[in-house]
Amino acid sequence: MIDWLPDNIWFSVGLKVFFALVMVGAVMTMAGYSVLAERKVSAWMQGRVGPNRTVLPFIEYIPFFGPLLKKLGIFQPLADGLKFLFKEEIVPGHVNKFYYYLAPLIALVPALTTMTVLPFGQLYWSDGSVSTLALADLEVGILFVFAVSSLGVYGIALAGWSSNNKYSFLGGIRSSAQMISYELAMGLSLLPVFLWVSVPGAQESGLSISGIANSQEGAAWLFMVQPISALIFLIALFAETNRLPFDMPESETDLVGGFHTEYGSFKFGIFFVAEYAHIVIGSALFVLLFLGGWHFLPFMQDPWPSNWVGSLLGVGWFLGKTFFLIFFFIWIRWTLPRFRYDQVMQLGWTKLLPLALANLIVYVLIVTLIDQTASLPL
Amino acid sequence: MAKTVVLERKPLSLSERTYLPQIVTGLKTTFTNMFKPKVTLQYPEEKPFIPKNYRGVPTLVKDPNGREKCVSCQLCEFVCPPKAIRITPGSVPDDQEDREHVEKAPQEFEINMLRCIYCGYCQEVCPEEAIFLQEQYSSSGYTREEMINNKQKLYELGGTLPDHHYKWDKKKEAELDGNAH
Repeated sequence: MIDWLPDNIWFSVGLKVFFALVMVGAVMTMAGYSVLAERKVSAWMQGRVGPNRTVLPFIEYIPFFGPLLKKLGIFQPLADGLKFLFKEEIVPGHVNKFYYYLAPLIALVPALTTMTVLPFGQLYWSDGSVSTLALADLEVGILFVFAVSSLGVYGIALAGWSSNNKYSFLGGIRSSAQMISYELAMGLSLLPVFLWVSVPGAQESGLSISGIANSQEGAAWLFMVQPISALIFLIALFAETNRLPFDMPESETDLVGGFHTEYGSFKFGIFFVAEYAHIVIGSALFVLLFLGGWHFLPFMQDPWPSNWVGSLLGVGWFLGKTFFLIFFFIWIRWTLPRFRYDQVMQLGWTKLLPLALANLIVYVLIVTLIDQTASLPL
Repeated sequence: MAKTVVLERKPLSLSERTYLPQIVTGLKTTFTNMFKPKVTLQYPEEKPFIPKNYRGVPTLVKDPNGREKCVSCQLCEFVCPPKAIRITPGSVPDDQEDREHVEKAPQEFEINMLRCIYCGYCQEVCPEEAIFLQEQYSSSGYTREEMINNKQKLYELGGTLPDHHYKWDKKKEAELDGNAH
């Protein structure tokens, strides 16, 4: 399709690297600004104003926009990041140095790896063909996401263990227990979705994320067809990203700081960014699977033209939905109190897992029924 | 006699047992809170309201005629619990027209704001109503020396307060009546 580009292996590799860097930059920026959103939204919900003092020199003096940006705290993530970078780096004497340094990296890498398979839009070519915008639009994308994103827990468990501190250790243990419990419900909640998009007459099949997103074009969004799956997936997503009400690993009231108690300066910053990158990617995943991805509204064809403007609008619409879901994460955080550890386990094993199984069985029956009636000679 | 009534609690309905409607209610509450007026005071730009009887930084005041009221009796220095006040007494020369009948005035008056506990005893004990804890609440500095308010600073901070007695005017009248002590 790309005729005018030089056909050279080095060029295409270079292009991929460039796209990868752009994607990392975009996700990291979104993670940084999710932190700002968290601070702002929490402030607004608590009747406060939030960060409104940080500003770059000169920008302050631009009429109207300068003060507005300052008031919105647009430059706060920059200041926060620099603060982490320039803080004194303290490594406690009692930690296991090697794993202590390794843990933040193991936490961040899976978060950044999962985004390679996340599609974020469509490109309409002039010859009428359509290709998905993604670094790698894998056929087994969702399996890849599950496989890699659950590696993130190793970072947390390792941080808890290598810190050689009882609070960190408890945080690490809780984190691994929570991940194992909710991973099951999460995976099971998605099976009906794949069954549904693979029924006869459906446009798409397989485990491809972009396929699922495209199957919702002009049709019902999957959260309407499968509300229970969407609910279980959302709850499990909160648990997997360690967000309130499931932030067991770092519940500051009973575990000081949880797994990152002994971490400071930039190593803590990496954990922080990894957590928010997980939120960004989790939100994007939920949007793709249940909220129609880059498609406009349920039961409506995309109103935008099939050219580059349409591509941009689609990407923008997808980002808008993702931002809403990030807001929803923050919103829930400031609404619900934290569960107790045993309640988290109980909810995971005795409520969500059976519910996900029952949901799967019901949809297997429904899909089989549709399958049988479709294959009957009429 | 008090009667204890045990209320029967209804068993939770199915929708209540999922907790989802309650969560939605909670979300509504937090969402409406986002648009309520903020309680934050943007401090350096907006100052808090200071009530009339506020006990701020102790200051020296002058009477409406611009005369310093302190006669360096040193009662405040004596009563000051943390010993923050130090007065060097001095006398007023006889030839000062506007300060007739005043014999003493402080040559130097220092209040160490690192020691002061804002108790207000100095204001309470002052027989001349010359020292007042006024509405200023923020004192800061880079060195310890900066934090000691000298006489000039204290009068700057204090300004002039209304006077009910005009003690020295009365003394002057008494002298004119031939009644001086």
